[in-house]
Amino acid sequence: MPQVTRLHELVYELKIAEVMTREVVTVTPQTSMAELREILRNHRISGTPVMENGELVGIISIEDLIKALAAGEMDVVVGEKMTRDPVALCADDRIVLAVDRFTRSGFGRFPVVDERGKLVGILTQGDITRGLLKKLEVEYHEEEVRRYRASHIFEDVVSDRTSIFLHYEVVARDFDHAGEASSKIKRALDHLGFSPQIVRRAAIAAYETEMNIIIHTDEGGELMVDVRPEQIVIRATDTGPGIPDIERAMQPGFSTAPEWIREMGFGAGMGLSNIRRCTDEMRLESPLGTRTSLEAVIYLDRKDLRSERGRA
Amino acid sequence: MTLEELCRQLQLEVRAAPRKLDAEVTGGYASDLLSCVMAKSQAGNVWVTLQSHPNVVAVASLAGLAGIIITEGMNPDAATIEKAEEEGIPILTTELTTFTVVGRLFELGVPGVDDIRT
Repeated sequence: MPQVTRLHELVYELKIAEVMTREVVTVTPQTSMAELREILRNHRISGTPVMENGELVGIISIEDLIKALAAGEMDVVVGEKMTRDPVALCADDRIVLAVDRFTRSGFGRFPVVDERGKLVGILTQGDITRGLLKKLEVEYHEEEVRRYRASHIFEDVVSDRTSIFLHYEVVARDFDHAGEASSKIKRALDHLGFSPQIVRRAAIAAYETEMNIIIHTDEGGELMVDVRPEQIVIRATDTGPGIPDIERAMQPGFSTAPEWIREMGFGAGMGLSNIRRCTDEMRLESPLGTRTSLEAVIYLDRKDLRSERGRA
Repeated sequence: MTLEELCRQLQLEVRAAPRKLDAEVTGGYASDLLSCVMAKSQAGNVWVTLQSHPNVVAVASLAGLAGIIITEGMNPDAATIEKAEEEGIPILTTELTTFTVVGRLFELGVPGVDDIRT
């Protein structure tokens, strides 16, 4: 199976107009081959479109020049040696089309025209390679900068107690968006530069907490994460119905989830014990059996923050 | 072994995130209970299940799994595919049953989490 890389995607995303050379050196059919030699040499190019009265009438390349040189025909004009009615590419087309044309034709360059057929640029395989590399570099750089800034926040922002507070509203029974808050939490911790182990533990604890709110509460609840240099605290609160027997709820395998929820693979009775397993402290309270609050803490070490590298 | 090789060997159909197939598979885990996957699977594992709703993607993404193999011809719905593309989690489907898929993974040398030394 062919593997699709970012490069493959870019070939479909980028337009020819984005990578082509816009400043086109042109000649006319009346230009002599000797003049053409000077033009190609001076501009360090290997071919050029031939224009007459603003119309594209042909294309001439260094190969045509070499043949003319070998035949001693340097006084002949370009109009006699050029390839007539050249195939042109459209500036709005994706570069995948150009790659295909290069492969099939064996040509070294294509003139590029706009929708009205007017010459707007020229495209070589080198233009495509340069364009792709430049785009990849820009994307890579943007990603680097974003991660770098976030992961330095605890060093750059000075206070007696710095804390990043994330707050999410979780809707009861909303299985379509289940896990979204946890995914956002995971991404945030990734960007803040925490080690993969810490991110994973926090993500699991957040997910189980989020699912508990979705499955078991009457009216949903709030999921909060308090990120500090020394610890990550995951908190959840809801407005009912509460847990009558917390000790029993904590037992692995004990579940009160209805059958339809279990059929989706939720409600295995592992949620709370998963949270306890992934965190260093866990408190679950349900006073008078009316509302529930949960707090789980993950301790952090200096090595858990990868800010000095700034990248995952 | 990469996901791409697994796809070839088991003739799995790639339904989402084809550009993430170069991930090296660290092992395998099979369950239809999401919390068990959360608890037991390890980062980089391939997960074999017959659940096909969008939440499997959230679970795989949060647990850092390499990809999901959905068995018994279960058809992941559009929302699942869309989410998997978004999160970059490959979804692979097969007509084979979970038992057979796991057996073949084992034959190919993909270990279960019980045999992975951490």
